[in-house]
Amino acid sequence: MSDVYIMGVDMIKFGRFPEKTVPQLGATAALMALDDAGLKIQDMQALYCGNLGQASAMVGQRILQEIGQTGIGVVNCSNACATGATAFREAWMSVKAGVNDVVLAVGVEQMGKGLLGGAGGGTGIPKEGLLGSGTMPAVFAEAGMEHSRQYGTTFEQFAKVSVKNHHHSTLNPKAMYQIETPLETVMNAEMISYPNTKLMCSVNVDGAAAAVLVSEKKAKELGMDRAVRVKASVLTSDPYSDRDLVMPNVNDVTRRAASQAYEMAGCGPEDIDLVELHDCFATAEILHYENLGLCKDGEAGRMIDEGETALGGRVPVNVSGGLLSKGHPLGATGIANIYEVATHLRGEADKRQVEDARLGMTHVIGLGSACGIHILEKVA
Amino acid sequence: MSEEAAATGPLPVVDWLKGAGTEDPYLEGHKCGECGAVFLGQRENCSSCGARDQMSPTRLSTKGKLYSYSIVHRSFPGIEVPYISAIVDLEGGGTVKGNLINIDPDPEKIEFDMPVEVVFDDALGRKDRDGNSYVSYFFQPAS
Ligand SMILES: [Zn+2]
Repeated sequence: MSDVYIMGVDMIKFGRFPEKTVPQLGATAALMALDDAGLKIQDMQALYCGNLGQASAMVGQRILQEIGQTGIGVVNCSNACATGATAFREAWMSVKAGVNDVVLAVGVEQMGKGLLGGAGGGTGIPKEGLLGSGTMPAVFAEAGMEHSRQYGTTFEQFAKVSVKNHHHSTLNPKAMYQIETPLETVMNAEMISYPNTKLMCSVNVDGAAAAVLVSEKKAKELGMDRAVRVKASVLTSDPYSDRDLVMPNVNDVTRRAASQAYEMAGCGPEDIDLVELHDCFATAEILHYENLGLCKDGEAGRMIDEGETALGGRVPVNVSGGLLSKGHPLGATGIANIYEVATHLRGEADKRQVEDARLGMTHVIGLGSACGIHILEKVA
Repeated sequence: MSEEAAATGPLPVVDWLKGAGTEDPYLEGHKCGECGAVFLGQRENCSSCGARDQMSPTRLSTKGKLYSYSIVHRSFPGIEVPYISAIVDLEGGGTVKGNLINIDPDPEKIEFDMPVEVVFDDALGRKDRDGNSYVSYFFQPAS
């Protein structure tokens, strides 16, 4: 089977756009990606749309109502925070299978402010604060503390992730925030769920990102100069583990996806030049250094201490600013990550450019759970 | 409060808390006869090994060890903070999440693997729309 290529990809600057509708945000990103590819909506053979908040409201079709109702097949999908990656992967699969030559993938989300999650619910009485916590900051704090119990990872080490990603975002004009947050500021910010302070939680924002995927034949026709090859596309669900009824296991689901992705791409973690991974909370990023094989088990704390994952380090992670500072519009995140990595592979990332980037990885986790990983390769 | 609700006594906070309102409340797991995996709440098939119709109820231990936790300082409106959200491995199987009480919400004071016990008490005064009160479970440092 021939390879699949990204010919166009873009994202809107993340922010808060209450005056816009979800389809309008998605349409904006779709048009940007089409422009980037030098193609029109009439060239698209299918649309794969990822959104969570209006998952039953035909967002993909409503995007076409904004930019051109060409009558193509539309797939609307939702898969928690792996939604965007899932839409992208469905688009990839249709081209890989030879069903389509040119398709559009869009991820879009409009978010409120405040905490996500919550324990229990349903009938009876509220369970939050009674049977522990189901809030996302607490759930990912507990996952981080599991790493602490195994390897002695400290509050300070977790906090350093936020320092790094906030610093990266100062170089990314499309990030929600461009603000330096020194270690002291991060650690002294309002404690939400120990060890995650407010500055160690991802930012709820509105956002949209889109990509045009094409077959090899079509890519050659259009010109390979800025094409990015999709070397691996993997989606996993969480395999059974002993504690997963009360403690979502974001580790095994990622490890499973990572090993499959490396195998599909025919490379190893040592070959990866940059990674956009799912830093929904600072604690999560630490876990994924090991889950993705960027370091050996137990070395993640050292890795952040020594700056190996900072821009200029051995394997820069979340140079976009990550979910912590670029923002986390759930359904858009999985395609925004692909935009970031593709931009580096094209050598177009300006001040935050990872030098000589040839291979990059994107990773998202949808709690419940799903993991989507893509490995992308520079072509020209 | 309706007459009917008052007559039934306190209700269990989750359906796998048995014996609410009696002298002998306990947590009930369901154990797979094939692979031994322990689940909270009733189910027909095992999500660990896929075995069908091999589940049987088992009384979970009141003794366990703290596996992981977070200290929650911000929650939803109306929820009193701080509290410790604890994940506890029970002796003999089963992992349960709940509030860890009777200890300072301070990471200096909380130790991984510290022995804890399951205790049962009123659900922090929370009542449902019909005025029913509830029995909940909590963890506390083992005495
Ligand atoms: Zn089983």
